[in-house]
Amino acid sequence: MPKDSGIGVSQKRREDVRFLTGAGNYTDDINVRGQTHVHFLRSEVAHGRIDGIDTSAAAAMAGVVRVFTGADFEGVGGLPCGWQVTDRDNNPMQEPPHPILAQAKVRHVGDPIAAVVAETYEQARDAAEAIKVDITELPAIVNMQSALAEGSDKVHDDLTSNLCFDWCLGETDDAKVQAAFDEAAHVTTLELVNQRLVANPMEPRVAVGDYNRASDEHTLYTTSQNPHVIRLLMCAFVLGLPEHKVRVVAPDVGGGFGTKIFHYAEEAFCTFAAKECNRPVKWTASRTESFLSDAQGRDHVTKIELALDSSNNFTAIRTNTLANLGAYLSTFSSSVPTWLHGTLMAGNYKTPVIQVNVKAVFTNTVPVDAYRGAGRPEATFQLERAIDTAARELGLDPITLRRQNFITEFPYATPVALEYDTGNYHGTMDRLEAVADIGGFAARRAASEASGKLRGLGINCYIEACGIAPSNIVGMLGARAGLYDAATVRVNATGSISVLVGAHSHGQGHETVFPQVVADMIGIDESQVEIVHGDSAKIPFGMGTYGSRSLAVCGSAMVRATEKIINKAKKIAAHLLEASEADIELKDGVFSVAGTDKSVAWGDVTLTAYVPHNFPLEDLEPGLEETSFYDPANFTFPAGAYACEVEVDPETGQVSIERFCAADDFGNIVNPMIVDGQVHGGIGQGIGQALLENCAYDQDGQLVSGSFMDYAMPRADDVPFYAVDHSSQTPCTHNPLGVKGCGEAGAIGSPPAVVNAVIDGLHSANHGVKHIDMPVTPARVWEAMQG
Amino acid sequence: MYDFEFERPESVTDAVTSLQSEGAMPLGGGQTLIPTLKQRLNSPSKLVSLTAISDLQGVRLDGLNTIRVGGATTHETVAKQAVQHYPALADLAGHIGDPAVRSRGTIGGSLANNDPSACYPAAVLASDATIVTSQREIAADEFFDGMFATVLEEGEIITTVKFPIPVAANYQKFLQPASRFALTGVFVAKFNSSVRVAVTGASEDGVYRWSEAESLLSADFSPVALDGAHVSPDSMISDLHGSPEYRASLVKTLTKRAVVAAS
Repeated sequence: MPKDSGIGVSQKRREDVRFLTGAGNYTDDINVRGQTHVHFLRSEVAHGRIDGIDTSAAAAMAGVVRVFTGADFEGVGGLPCGWQVTDRDNNPMQEPPHPILAQAKVRHVGDPIAAVVAETYEQARDAAEAIKVDITELPAIVNMQSALAEGSDKVHDDLTSNLCFDWCLGETDDAKVQAAFDEAAHVTTLELVNQRLVANPMEPRVAVGDYNRASDEHTLYTTSQNPHVIRLLMCAFVLGLPEHKVRVVAPDVGGGFGTKIFHYAEEAFCTFAAKECNRPVKWTASRTESFLSDAQGRDHVTKIELALDSSNNFTAIRTNTLANLGAYLSTFSSSVPTWLHGTLMAGNYKTPVIQVNVKAVFTNTVPVDAYRGAGRPEATFQLERAIDTAARELGLDPITLRRQNFITEFPYATPVALEYDTGNYHGTMDRLEAVADIGGFAARRAASEASGKLRGLGINCYIEACGIAPSNIVGMLGARAGLYDAATVRVNATGSISVLVGAHSHGQGHETVFPQVVADMIGIDESQVEIVHGDSAKIPFGMGTYGSRSLAVCGSAMVRATEKIINKAKKIAAHLLEASEADIELKDGVFSVAGTDKSVAWGDVTLTAYVPHNFPLEDLEPGLEETSFYDPANFTFPAGAYACEVEVDPETGQVSIERFCAADDFGNIVNPMIVDGQVHGGIGQGIGQALLENCAYDQDGQLVSGSFMDYAMPRADDVPFYAVDHSSQTPCTHNPLGVKGCGEAGAIGSPPAVVNAVIDGLHSANHGVKHIDMPVTPARVWEAMQG
Repeated sequence: MYDFEFERPESVTDAVTSLQSEGAMPLGGGQTLIPTLKQRLNSPSKLVSLTAISDLQGVRLDGLNTIRVGGATTHETVAKQAVQHYPALADLAGHIGDPAVRSRGTIGGSLANNDPSACYPAAVLASDATIVTSQREIAADEFFDGMFATVLEEGEIITTVKFPIPVAANYQKFLQPASRFALTGVFVAKFNSSVRVAVTGASEDGVYRWSEAESLLSADFSPVALDGAHVSPDSMISDLHGSPEYRASLVKTLTKRAVVAAS
């Protein structure tokens, strides 16, 4: 009989009941008695020197509690960067200060200059208009090449240049790399842009700071993917507060996509100002502020070279990338174009020589940091576009060329610092070829051509490093945090279980999936298990949710803690059954003595743990609660193969996605429906990047696409029905569930599939277009077709 | 938004009176004005809503060959009520914005705003419609006066739009992917003796008639008639979503498609 609960079952998401009935509790739903509202006065110029700020008129306006400027934060720390990258000569990156409110200069449109705390939001906004700011506008540094040019103006006057670091990974001997290219039978070169994106979670960022004068305790309610990380950064680096006096709560969060990982100025401000004003302070971003202050994603300009021998084996890869950091170092910004990008340049292929060069650049734009995939989409896009181009230049089938170069033996140590524990790339490609009906493509193309459309098929593969991350390894690479996670399994007297987890659920379905695991291990009903997350006062010190890590890392901690629970419960059961602990078996929530009919139910054991009248108190503590901290031994390596079919309207350049198939290897799967949903969402975002989204600045550093009138988000009718297949599974070898993570795969694997498909479609009509940068808009396709 | 007074008169006369006070603005469906107010980009002293005036509501047939659309009629209502009389107009109205926009936005509001990428101006101009206001009647050819500008005077209210019903018509809208306004849109209306072609979304001067296409199509209402026609990219809009050359190309492609669809 198939299972109807536990691991492997597509349970419906229990959290959706509250989300879909309007009963969710988001940060903006939280209102604290006596609350004030803050409005930030933000820079309208990209680069300027602040010559003076006059807040006197604003301070005298109705309802104003207090007006803050940078001067109020002179003794306060700045926002820290959580990852110190060292350059190719082992020098640390240039690390400029990142003040809460601008000090002396503004460095991007949206940089906060002053903050008005008032009784109402409208009063705060009225007063902000009365602040007189005297700014001398300076030349905006927007373009990365110009920013690096000799004599360029500087974003940060105290740095030597706009170059944050010049980083190299893989083969550092240039001559050796050049030799590989000199010996190549064919070299494919491609220059491409991985455009900047705005994450645009449905819920904008919100922060509510509250201070209790009686207990000297702070509470920050915030839209975060990782409340403990925020507490640590804010206490230790910004405000100098003891952590035990600060509680950070991230309640329901309406989408993160990476941009709610980071510690933001508004969070520190509300915490700081609540004590200064002795009033709770609330901030809710407008969508305009989200565009101008949420960390943005991607923004790489890359030249990639791929060398092949005469048998079409990949022999070398060399990349040169400029990575835009924006005006300041956001929390994990420096790790994205380096360790989350360069390490993935081997992809699914056994290329012996790889050299990755990255220059990270400061510009007068909104800071850039992790966005769904974070570095891995940039790596995959370059590599898979280059392979597709090579196949076209050499007249080879793109699937055959990829298969020929697949890594097939595991573990596999790449030339770029990773060790893939397991995988089966032919397996996922086999599944893709079946699901995508590659054999039927020619007939579908003929049908499209009969209706005046061009049809293209795009293939690509991807690999990602997830389950972030082994603390000792990332520590050597510059991370200033551990990346373990933690879970406490608290069994209640009558047998129900609260699992307190460090991971944060903001769309991932943890509240459904995590109980499936614990209930399955014990053999009780899932309804008896519930997770608690998002409140630093309740949960153990976990590191939150990003990098497709929650189940692989926090889930592993939860499994370890549950194992401890089961071991202790067996001791109690052995005592109750007057048997040896070694003979106790747990099945379907019942402890029994092997080979006998003697048994005791889960609920009787848990009750005994808390009412220890008949209990081995001399050997065992009462109670049933266990915590585990789990630090992964390695990254996990989800991988897969995607196929996209597009139709191109040759008259208008309009691209429509007709079919999209994904074959992913996520190892073991706890809830197949949720995994499918994660892949669907990821592909939707990837299609958004490939066809629609473009965060564009003009030469003055003004955000041109600063609203949904110009920033095109994917809508339901922009995406097709997806065919996804997760049946090719090579379980992770080093975590207890054998899981790999699935949250980012779709966003990593889909953009190159779409662009490869468009190029294929254009070539079918003899348009010799080598590449079109994303977003592949109708205008860009049309222009490419004009030659 | 800044504070303002709000009035919702029930007659055109009362509305005209209300609008005479300094800084008063008429409010149709608010689909442009309200977001502008929220961003504090406009600060009227008073908003005079036109949506409670029953005379400004609805679509009705006027004789055999004209329909009259009340100035405060929503896009959704036009889509429903005009479909039997003037299907191309109903189809245009039914594809403006999204359902929320269509249930609030009005034809008078759209025409008075004259967004260079809006749909209705193309229909009005191609149909040779007449804009009836609280003061006068204005021919479509005289009404539009460049981007976001019309010949309407302060306090003048669009009460009715009279559309002559063409023999055949079609509107082709190529979507700007973010706003879903017309990146370029072409409305072709074929009358017994002539063809009118109006283009929106393309020109820096707002909606305009493509006279070369009109004369070619008046002689031969078929897409091949346009094969030799040339659309100049001069003074066409250049933005994130398309170059002048691209828009010029779209004008020709969409006109041909409209002719095919209308034939």
